[in-house]
Amino acid sequence: MNNRSLRDLKPGEKAIVCKVSGSGPIRRRILDMGILPGSEVQMERYAPMGDPVEIKIKGYYLSLRKNEAATIILA
Amino acid sequence: MKKHITIALAGNPNTGKTTIFNNLTGARQHVGNYPGVTVERKEGSVNYGPYQIKIIDLPGTYSLTAFSPDELLARQVIIEEKPDIIVNIIDAYNLERNLYLTVQLKELGIPMLLAFNMTDMIAARGIHIDYPLMEKLLGSKIIPTVGLKNVGSQEILKSVVELYEKINIPSERDLFYEVELEKEIVGLQRILQETAVGEVELAAAQDKANRWLAVKLLENDNDIINKFKTSDAWPDITRQVEKSQKKLQDLYREEPEMLIAHGRYAFIRGVLKEAVSYPGDDRVTLTEKIDNILLNRIVGLPIFLAMMWLLFQLTFTLGAPPMEWIEAGFGWLGERMADIMPDGLLQSLIVDGIIGGVGGVVVFLPNILLLFLGIALLEDTGYMSRAAFLMDKVMHRTGLHGKSFVPMLIGFGCSIPAIMASRTLENERDRLATMLVTPLISCGAKLPVYVLLIAAFFSDKVAGNILFSIYILGILMALLLAKVFRKWLLPGETEPFVMELPPYRFPTFKALLIHMWERAWLYLQKAGTIILAASILMWGLFTFPQHDANGVEFNDPVQQLEQSYAGRVGHLIEGVISPLGFDWKVGVALVSGVAAKEVIVSTMGTVYSIMDIDSLEEGEIQTVSSFSERAREQSGMTPLVAYVLMIFTLLYIPCMAALAVMRRETNGWKWPLFTVGYTLVLAWTVSFSIYQVGLLLGIGV
Repeated sequence: MNNRSLRDLKPGEKAIVCKVSGSGPIRRRILDMGILPGSEVQMERYAPMGDPVEIKIKGYYLSLRKNEAATIILA
Repeated sequence: MKKHITIALAGNPNTGKTTIFNNLTGARQHVGNYPGVTVERKEGSVNYGPYQIKIIDLPGTYSLTAFSPDELLARQVIIEEKPDIIVNIIDAYNLERNLYLTVQLKELGIPMLLAFNMTDMIAARGIHIDYPLMEKLLGSKIIPTVGLKNVGSQEILKSVVELYEKINIPSERDLFYEVELEKEIVGLQRILQETAVGEVELAAAQDKANRWLAVKLLENDNDIINKFKTSDAWPDITRQVEKSQKKLQDLYREEPEMLIAHGRYAFIRGVLKEAVSYPGDDRVTLTEKIDNILLNRIVGLPIFLAMMWLLFQLTFTLGAPPMEWIEAGFGWLGERMADIMPDGLLQSLIVDGIIGGVGGVVVFLPNILLLFLGIALLEDTGYMSRAAFLMDKVMHRTGLHGKSFVPMLIGFGCSIPAIMASRTLENERDRLATMLVTPLISCGAKLPVYVLLIAAFFSDKVAGNILFSIYILGILMALLLAKVFRKWLLPGETEPFVMELPPYRFPTFKALLIHMWERAWLYLQKAGTIILAASILMWGLFTFPQHDANGVEFNDPVQQLEQSYAGRVGHLIEGVISPLGFDWKVGVALVSGVAAKEVIVSTMGTVYSIMDIDSLEEGEIQTVSSFSERAREQSGMTPLVAYVLMIFTLLYIPCMAALAVMRRETNGWKWPLFTVGYTLVLAWTVSFSIYQVGLLLGIGV
């Protein structure tokens, strides 16, 4: 599947990050938090109202909005 | 004479940095603000041997970019205040991400110690760290600590002194990037060396400083670029930076920013691979189990609402009896003073101005202590981030952060703790916007005004709906204004909601106490003095002058009130408020409401010559109906005007205590004054529209 993003993962699914698109402080923050090409991410859950989402990365839990998750392209 | 060492505590949020700071300094700490921003600055000191060690607690950060104000601030402290040693607090349970900050701190070239915190948790999990090897690989001494049990604090101090005296230091080890990137860094470093623009004085040797600058320039760091822009060598430097960036982009198909982040994480992974052994199993952690319930799609929100209800009850219901005792205590004190002092101005100043004013400050203490106990519990256990996670979708629509929910909720009780609660928001713009709109939420002190006016002008049948409509209007206005402010007044990209959900932890009793004490002290010291001064000023406005133009003393309280400065203000603003259906008497009541909203009730009692103010405040039927009769007779007040008055009370100037707290939180008068201005305009506009529409449709006239 092409251009699948973190947003499309179902809770419990794992994937490898291929690219972090987007720009500016948000992208920078995502990189700083360890979401880099080659890292493994796991979708943990969606918030009860559907947004934001919780993921597991580098052994810790991180939440981000779906819009931001959509900038993280998966391999 | 003690010798001085300055150390800075750096680390990610949620690493137990504050706990270690508390362990090191005990009560000897000072909380203030960084100049010009609302970020808190904590400092403390401790004596160790012949040294006095000053400890600066830097804002918790994940990185050291110039994008986030907290990170920029942490960097500025390191660069400008030149601490002798950085102590980097690291969550040993979460090494990979924590060490990302560590490698950036290392690049600054300042002697550094690493405190691996929460080592009890990694032991329990079966993770083994080879400390000597890790020290060698990272080039810094490591001290295992357990902040919550105060393990390792003495070792930190001992190692600080050893490092300062240059005993027992591991050999430095630098982080190297990919070959081509490294070539560009070295090239840029050379230009910086030649042009000697590297005047950003780091405590480190100049070659280290230049290397750091080279990396920052390749990362497009705005703060550094702005510093160099004016230098003569800038064109040369920028040409080289662009050339390097382009070269790297072509070579790796990635921007240097990404390459650098990659390089850092690759280095960290290498270190971890060598020095740490993880158990093979991937057990479900306790945190995961708790989150399966607390963040559950079905029960997550109800549990959250129940928690908020508990927080509200804790603050206001549990806080009510001590507030009554404080009020009764100050009332008793006032009466005793009135007994022993002769009647007159001095007695009035002491009883009404000073004792009343101090009482008005102290009375909020139970609320503040209890609220911050609750907030400290939410934050220290880790639930606060979950609350933000659950509420973000709703709050994001208004341009605010999920965490804004807590201050807004507390606003229903009282704006003062609510404004103080807004500091749980990390982003300054979110914090300001939250603070600015919190007073629009209908607080507890406005309720007596509604109750009186509703009882006097409306039937029991509609009373509930009227009250409900006012509360709803307050919420809508707060959300609307938040959106407006976030869009035009405090523009900027919405804060990335990239937030860690830290593992759940048991808070310590000591941390809770320190947290409560800090807030209470800040409130008493900084806001209390202003509230007291303002109370005395208000007393003066309502007490003077005592004589008419002919020197005859006023006997009639209504006449005295009308002639007082406050009464004159009431007359003065009559022209402005008459389009809302208010006359000068309402004007005086509104002026008095700036002291505290509930005062409107007693002032209206006085202007309408209701002698028995107590029974008016208690809402006794006869007094209330005589109040409504007189208000109708003397002001021609209709149910419509009464409704508009409630709306105006809801929206206009926050009470002076709230303004004083806002001043303290924002570090200046700019935002409180802005709030006065915008709430007046808003209150007038909304009231005017409702009044005119009401008149037009003939509702309640």
